[in-house]
Amino acid sequence: MAATLPATPYGSDKKKMERSALGGEPPERRRRLAWADTAFSFAAHSAAWITLALLAGIIGSLVMGAWPSIREYGLSFLWRSEWDPVEDRYGGLVMIYGTLATSFIALIIAVPVSFGIALFLTELSPNWLRRPLGVAIELLAAVPSIVYGMWGLLVFGPILATYVQQPAQALFSDVPILGALVSGAPVGIGILSAGIILAIMVIPFVASVMRDVFETTPAMLKESAYALGSTTWEVVWKVVLPYTKSGVVGAIMLGLGRALGETMAVTFVIGNFNQLNSLSLFEAANSITSAIANEFAEANPGLHQASLMYLGLILFFITFAVLAMSKLLLSRLQKSEGGRT
Amino acid sequence: MSANLLNFDASKLAMHARRKRVNAVTLTLSLAAMAFGLFWLAWILIETIRLGVGGLALSVFTEMTPPPLAETGGLANAIFGSIVMVGLATALGTPVGIMCGVYIAEYGSRTWLGQVTQFINDILLSAPSIVIGLFVYAVVVAQVRSFSAWAGIFALSLIVIPVVIRTTENMLSLIPNTLREAAYALGTPKWKVIWSVTLKAARAGVLTGILLALARIAGETAPLLFTALSNQFFTTSLADPMASLPVTIFKFAMSPYDNWRDLAWAGVFLITLGVLALNILARVLFRKKD
Amino acid sequence: MDTRTDLPTTEKPKLSVRDLNFYYGKFHALKHIHLDIPERKVTAFIGPSGCGKSTLLRVFNRMFELYPEQRAEGSVTLDGLDILQTKLDVSLIRAKIGMVFQKPTPFPMSIYDNIAFGVRLFESLPRVEMDERVEWALKKSALWNEVKDKLGQSGASLSGGQQQRLCIARGIAIKPEVLLLDEPCSALDPISTGKIEELIHELKTDYTVAIVTHNMQQAARVSDYTAYMYLGDLVEFGPTSEVFMKPKKKDTEDYITGRFG
Repeated sequence: MAATLPATPYGSDKKKMERSALGGEPPERRRRLAWADTAFSFAAHSAAWITLALLAGIIGSLVMGAWPSIREYGLSFLWRSEWDPVEDRYGGLVMIYGTLATSFIALIIAVPVSFGIALFLTELSPNWLRRPLGVAIELLAAVPSIVYGMWGLLVFGPILATYVQQPAQALFSDVPILGALVSGAPVGIGILSAGIILAIMVIPFVASVMRDVFETTPAMLKESAYALGSTTWEVVWKVVLPYTKSGVVGAIMLGLGRALGETMAVTFVIGNFNQLNSLSLFEAANSITSAIANEFAEANPGLHQASLMYLGLILFFITFAVLAMSKLLLSRLQKSEGGRT
Repeated sequence: MSANLLNFDASKLAMHARRKRVNAVTLTLSLAAMAFGLFWLAWILIETIRLGVGGLALSVFTEMTPPPLAETGGLANAIFGSIVMVGLATALGTPVGIMCGVYIAEYGSRTWLGQVTQFINDILLSAPSIVIGLFVYAVVVAQVRSFSAWAGIFALSLIVIPVVIRTTENMLSLIPNTLREAAYALGTPKWKVIWSVTLKAARAGVLTGILLALARIAGETAPLLFTALSNQFFTTSLADPMASLPVTIFKFAMSPYDNWRDLAWAGVFLITLGVLALNILARVLFRKKD
Repeated sequence: MDTRTDLPTTEKPKLSVRDLNFYYGKFHALKHIHLDIPERKVTAFIGPSGCGKSTLLRVFNRMFELYPEQRAEGSVTLDGLDILQTKLDVSLIRAKIGMVFQKPTPFPMSIYDNIAFGVRLFESLPRVEMDERVEWALKKSALWNEVKDKLGQSGASLSGGQQQRLCIARGIAIKPEVLLLDEPCSALDPISTGKIEELIHELKTDYTVAIVTHNMQQAARVSDYTAYMYLGDLVEFGPTSEVFMKPKKKDTEDYITGRFG
C-alpha cells in the first residue's frame, strides 16, 4: 500500500494562504531596542568589573587597615605569641594555631564520616529512604552557625566535659605526651570542643558534594566491576572513588575552607583565651575568627585594631591558598586521567 | 559441596571469605556514619526546639531587648532589624549577582574577563564572612565614623552576590544552546534573548539560588558584628546601628543572665525555623518547576 | 511457548535454562524460557528492541540483583549448579561467568591494573605471574601488540575498539568458563567490529560465548547457534544455518527477512 501525495498542498484551503498584508513593509524595528542591547550588555559587563573591584577592594582595605601592624612586626607576626592590648604588643601565633588545629580536627572527623554517609546514600540506602535522608543532611547544612555555637556551649560542652574530658584526664594525665594534650580544666571548651562542633558543621557540606559526585559514576562502569565479582565495598573503593577523585578532593577542600572561616561555631566554645602555654586540647584557646569577633568592636584604633586586621588578612590568604591548591590539584588530577589520543 | 562444582580451591574460598568480611565491616561503618550524622541533626534540632519554644511568648515579638535580669522583654527590635537588613541586602545584591552571572554565562564565557570573574567569584564565595565585615568596617564605618544599618546591609549583600552569581551562572549554562539559537533565528536582539528566553527558562533555579542566599545571610552574625553593631532600642533609621537577631543572640548567649539566655534560645529557635522554612521553600519551588 | 531447544547429542549444554520468568516490577519481561546453551560454541541472541535478550543475558550473571525491583524465577544451571538458587556467593559465580557491556568501560587506572583488577580479587599472584597473566589475557584478546609498550598508561587513552578489547581481556583474565557479550560492537566502528568478530571466533575454543546483537548479519557471521526472541518469548532456537536459511517459525522468517523489527 503505497502512500499517495496530495495533489495540491492544502487542498481547498488555498484561500487562507493569501497574504493579509500584501506589498507592505515589514514592521519597523522599534528604535529603543538598539540602546536596550547596549545598556544590558553594559550592565552585565559592569557587574563583572564590580566583582573584580570588590576583591581588589577587600585585599586593599585589609592591607591598609593592617598596615600599622605589618610595619611594626612584618612576618614575625606569624610566630609571635604575645597578645597584650594593655602593653600594645601583639602576635598572631595563638590564633593561627587555634584556627589550624580546630580545622584539622574537624577534617579528621568529617572526611571519613562524610565518605561513609555518601557511600550509604549512593549504594546502601533503599530507594525510598534516599531522598528524605539526603534532604535531612542538606538541612543540617543550612542550620546557621550561631545555632551550632550556642548549642555547643550550653548543651554539648557540659556533656563533653563529663563524658569525654574528665575520663580522658583520669586515664591519660600521667602518660607523657597524651597527658599534655588532655590537661587543663575540663569544662567543655577548648580546641577539641571547637573542632568537634566544626566537624558536625562541615559534615553535611562535604557529604552532599561527595554524594553528588559519586552519583555521576556511570552505572555501566559499576556493573563492569560487579560483573568481575567485586563486592560493593570493592566497587566503591577501587572504581567509584578513583573515578570521582577530583570531585572528592574538591569536596574536602570545600569543607576545609568552611572550617577555616567559621566564626560563630568556634567563638562560643573555644574559650577566647590568648595562651599557648600548653598544647592541650582542653585548655581555653583562641582562633583568628573568634579573636576578631570578640575584640574588634572595642579595639582602639591603632596597633590593636591593625593587628586584628592583620589576622583577618592572614586568614583571607589561608583560605585563598586552600582554594588555589584545590584548583591546582583538580586540574592536575584531570590531566592525569589520561587524555584520549 | 556446591563450591566444588565450580572448581574453587580452598585458598580462593578463604580469600573470598575475607573479602566478604571486609565488605560487611565497611558497609556497617557506612551505616554507622549515616546514623552519626542524623544523630547530631536530631539532637541539635530537639534541643533548639525544647529550649527555644520554652522561652517563646507573644512578648518576644512585641517587646524590645531588655537590660540584664529584667522581668519583661522581647526581641522585637532584633527581629525587625534582621528582617529589614536581610531583605534589603538581598534586594541590593540579587541584581548585581544575576547580571554578573549573566555576564559569565552569556557574554564572557570565553573571554579572559569571564574566566577571571569566575575565579574571583570562587574566592569571594569561600572568603570568611568576618573578613567581609572587616572590609566593610574599613570602607564604610571608619570613613563615616559610625556604625550603621547601611553598613550591615552592605556587608550582607557582599555575601549574597557571590552565591547568586554562582547559581545564576550554573543555571544558565544548563540551558541548551538550541533554545538561544531558536530565539536568535527569529531576529530577537541579544538582551531580549537573555532576559525573556534564557533567564526565563532558568528562573526556577535562579530563584532557588536567591532564596538560598537569603537563608544564608539570615543566620550570619560575623558580618554584622562591627558594621551594624547592635541597638538596645527600636529604630527605623538605617543610618544608626540596628539590632539583629544573630548579634543579639551572640551578646545574650555568652552572658550569665538567665533572662538573656532564655531570649537567646528563643531567638535561635526563630532563626532555625526561618532558615529551614526558606530552604524547604526553595526545594519545593525547584522541584515543581522541573 | 513450545520450542524445540534440544541440542544435538554431540553438544554438551553449559548453561541450562528451565522455565525462567523475569519481572521488572509488575512487567513480565521473560516468559517461560527453556533453553540449553552449548559448551564452547557461540550462541547469538537476536530479536527486536525490548524482546528481552539483554535481560536474559543479565540473568546469567545475576546482574539484575543490583536493582531491587527486578526478579527472576525459575532455574538456570551451570554445569549442574543452579546459580539462581544456590547459597554460593554471587561474586564466585561471576568469577565463572564474565560479561562485556555495550559501551567500553575501562576502569580509571592503567591498562595493566585494568586487567589485573579481576585477578587480584580472586588470586594473590606474585608480580611475575601477574605480568604473565596480563600478557596472556591481552594476547588472547588480540591487543598485546598494540599496548605492550604502554601498559602503564590509562585505559581511557585507548581508542574505542581497543578499549572494548581491553574489557574483553579484563573479563578473560580471571579465566571464566562463560563469556556474555551484550552488544559489544554497538558503539564501535566497522573495522573494530571486524576485529572483535575475529576475536570471538578464536575465543570459542576455550569459552562458551553468548552474544546479544541487534545486527543479524553479525549473528550469522559469528555464531554457531542462534536464538530468536520476541516480546519476552523464545520463539526459535537452533543451529545458525538452520535458523537463517530454514527457520521453523514464520515469525522468525519475518524478522530475518526484515519484514519488521
